[in-house]
Amino acid sequence: MSDILVKIRDLHFSRGDRKIFDGLSMDIPRQGITAIMGPSGTGKTTLLKLIGGQLIPDQGSIEVDGLNVHQLSTRKLFELRQRMGMLFQSGALLTDLSVFENVAFPLREHTKLNEAMIRHLVLLKLNAVGLRGAAEMMPSELSGGMSRRVALARAIALDPMMIMYDEPFTGQDPISMGVLVSLISELNNALNICSIVVSHDVPDTLSISDYVHFISAGKVVESGSPETLRNSQAEWTHQFIHGDADGPVPFHYPADPIMDDLYR
Amino acid sequence: MFNGLIDRIQHVGAATIHSFRRLGRGSVFLLEVIASCTSLFTRPRLLVKQLYSVGVQTLIIIIVAGLFVGMVMALQSYYALIDYGAEDSVGVMVALSLMRELGPVITALLFAGRAGSALTAEIGLMKATEQLSGMEMMAVNPMQRIVAPRFMAGVISMPLLATIFSAVGVIGAYLVAVELLGLDSGPFWSQPQNKVDLYLDLYNGIIKSVVFGVVATWIAVFEGYDCIPTSEGLGQATTRTVVHSSLAILFLDFVLTSLMFTK
Repeated sequence: MSDILVKIRDLHFSRGDRKIFDGLSMDIPRQGITAIMGPSGTGKTTLLKLIGGQLIPDQGSIEVDGLNVHQLSTRKLFELRQRMGMLFQSGALLTDLSVFENVAFPLREHTKLNEAMIRHLVLLKLNAVGLRGAAEMMPSELSGGMSRRVALARAIALDPMMIMYDEPFTGQDPISMGVLVSLISELNNALNICSIVVSHDVPDTLSISDYVHFISAGKVVESGSPETLRNSQAEWTHQFIHGDADGPVPFHYPADPIMDDLYR
Repeated sequence: MFNGLIDRIQHVGAATIHSFRRLGRGSVFLLEVIASCTSLFTRPRLLVKQLYSVGVQTLIIIIVAGLFVGMVMALQSYYALIDYGAEDSVGVMVALSLMRELGPVITALLFAGRAGSALTAEIGLMKATEQLSGMEMMAVNPMQRIVAPRFMAGVISMPLLATIFSAVGVIGAYLVAVELLGLDSGPFWSQPQNKVDLYLDLYNGIIKSVVFGVVATWIAVFEGYDCIPTSEGLGQATTRTVVHSSLAILFLDFVLTSLMFTK
């Protein structure tokens, strides 16, 4: 079995005239937490949707566990997705189902377990994210952080081989942020799976990652361990990690000279 | 001047291509929905839940509207027929009008406004909040889990609602014609029994309401599924559902009537 779970090669993808990926290649190991980082709008979420087969690339290939995602039949793709978990930025909980039923949803859809077994599994998963006591609540009664924890419990319901986290820390207060950071790390260690964290939150993401890819302008800018990247002398990496306002990513969006604009 | 004209022609061309593209997408979507409906045989609970939401919850508006439409029709036909001494035909006139035309058409228009817009908003919001994407990533097909039960519930509910509308309309007409205006109840009931044809009137009315149900529900679920997932996009999609469904229903009513009631 290869150590590489996700293999992306020469990926090209555009939305209308806007090129999102321009020959992106990267490997994601089978175990550990891999962070994919970059400024807003670089296509990090799009990359997760491409890995999950929800979007089709213009060119290039994505292999997950040796299977070319975009050449699979719908049935095979759905079988592969049963081994993938995804945590959406919004949580994406089904609003007409309770917390318990949301976590039970994939179990009911894909297994023939009896009700007692489903109840055990759901309560264990909810316990793992600290929300067993919220089992009967509806999604509308949850805070943003709680929603994401429930979504995380749902993502691990079928014991997947990988979990993709889409901006898990966005809009969280420090306590919720701390809870999510430790949950992602602990779950990854306990389940020994592949976690892909897409984020632009530098300190927290680097603190839990084993490997990091920085992407910008449709390509991987630099990859390495968090320590390597912290000490990197590359201009782009330095600007991103330290949050400098100007640098290789300019402060100004491309425009004509200001005097031309003002006196046009 | 010339450039302006070219721009307008381009604009019309682009709008036409956009419309045909959506029609094509909608047609493929309909085929997918119909294919997905087979999954309901193994999961009838999903259908029952939607029958309640789409059908039962539309019942009140249908009953109230049917009652008033029947009452108004009785009143108008009484004043028109009394000049010719034919006021005893109020019952048959109301019954035929309701079963052939007004029952299916008004029910479908009300259905598009109440249930259709709700379906679009619900599915559109599920798209905007990534619930549909979430389902796909959990290897659950939203066409089978979300769209098919709603579509089938609409198709089943429409003829039932139209039949109830017509029945309540006749009761409304009875209240006005017999109880209020004092017509004899004998001809009010006997004339429709003699004149209303099971195949020509009742069955054709039901066929119409099934067709309207398919079209109105198809438009509603497609608009929700295809909407731009923003608050503005969702609002536009809901408006399009009501406008397109209403126009389609009225157009199809003309087509079906001309096919069904030719001499």
